[in-house]
Amino acid sequence: MSDDLVTDILNPVEPFLRSDRVPHIWCPGCGIGTTVNSFARALIDSNIDLGSLALVSGIGCTGRVAGYVKLDSFHTTHGRAIPFATGLKLANPKLNVVVYSGDGDLSAIGGNHLIHAARRNIDLKVICVNNLIYAMTGGQTAPTTPDHSTTSTNPYGVFEASFNLPQLVEAAGAVYVARWTTFHVRQLSRAISEAFQKKGFSFIEVISPCPTLYQRRNKMGDGLDAMKYYKEKSRVRHGAPTSEVGMTMTGEIIVGKFVDRERPDYQTMMKAQFHESLGERFVEQTEMVCS
Amino acid sequence: MAKGRVSIVVERCKACGFCVEFCPSHVLALSSAFNSKGYHPPHVVHPEKCSGCDLCGMYCPDFAIAGGKVDEAGVPVKKADAAKGAKK
Repeated sequence: MSDDLVTDILNPVEPFLRSDRVPHIWCPGCGIGTTVNSFARALIDSNIDLGSLALVSGIGCTGRVAGYVKLDSFHTTHGRAIPFATGLKLANPKLNVVVYSGDGDLSAIGGNHLIHAARRNIDLKVICVNNLIYAMTGGQTAPTTPDHSTTSTNPYGVFEASFNLPQLVEAAGAVYVARWTTFHVRQLSRAISEAFQKKGFSFIEVISPCPTLYQRRNKMGDGLDAMKYYKEKSRVRHGAPTSEVGMTMTGEIIVGKFVDRERPDYQTMMKAQFHESLGERFVEQTEMVCS
Repeated sequence: MAKGRVSIVVERCKACGFCVEFCPSHVLALSSAFNSKGYHPPHVVHPEKCSGCDLCGMYCPDFAIAGGKVDEAGVPVKKADAAKGAKK
């Protein structure tokens, strides 16, 4: 079979990739690459200046995204993607900062950072690829692992309650909360574009297959079986109360845009407070110049 | 004449089958040939049905396939320069 790398049909995602690093390390059937497709297309559709975009990711399978995209990106320590992104945003408020990480990194190891960034309403776009398990470290139970599933640390079944991430971040104060699966590529792309229009903490959860560690132990087939399951069992309910969108192992997946509201973001509130208490003594930060 | 065409980078493919399953006009099938990593990449079985919707490209987790519209002579229709802001 000839290698037809040179072709006249150009993949629109190609300019966003560090092509020398592809093929990537993600398993066959893993959905993270699909979310990168949707993300790249959202960047194209929303006409974002890539010079003003920074992508931060933590550790884990999804954390590798930072190494594969040809953007200003940083692969931070475990769980600290949001603190690093917060610093970026505060130092240079004109940046569009995207946090692209997994459920374990964002909600477990970096769980506190997630809720406090949402509480402060820092202007970050958080894309959380939720594969329901700690995949890179060997399939241990994560806070998002649904009831009754089998993992390497719960060989007799998970009995803990799992996090409902949309409800968590809504309660903490996020202004935009949506959930899609890797089956909903166009909807996901549109949601990411919408998040770029919002000012404040935007959270998009993407349910993604993990054939190697989650589905294999639970006899749920491969990546394609997971995609078929998403197609069959997803129900679009825009504006659904987030308390009703918890994940179960084989039940329905409620997807859609759950929260879209306005709240002043961290920097707006900070400036307002300083103006109020310092009056004329407060000098607004001008553009940062790195020398 | 087909409205679109797909291009496949066989060496990137990991044979997950997403493109084959979700192509709306069933243009693709996994081939029996191997790539150098031992996967069976897809091949085009019904080129005349391709609409160039690029849904295969959106689903492909390995950036290995892309679809695009072509004109009547089979020449790709150029879209607006998609990634003009991308770093060179």
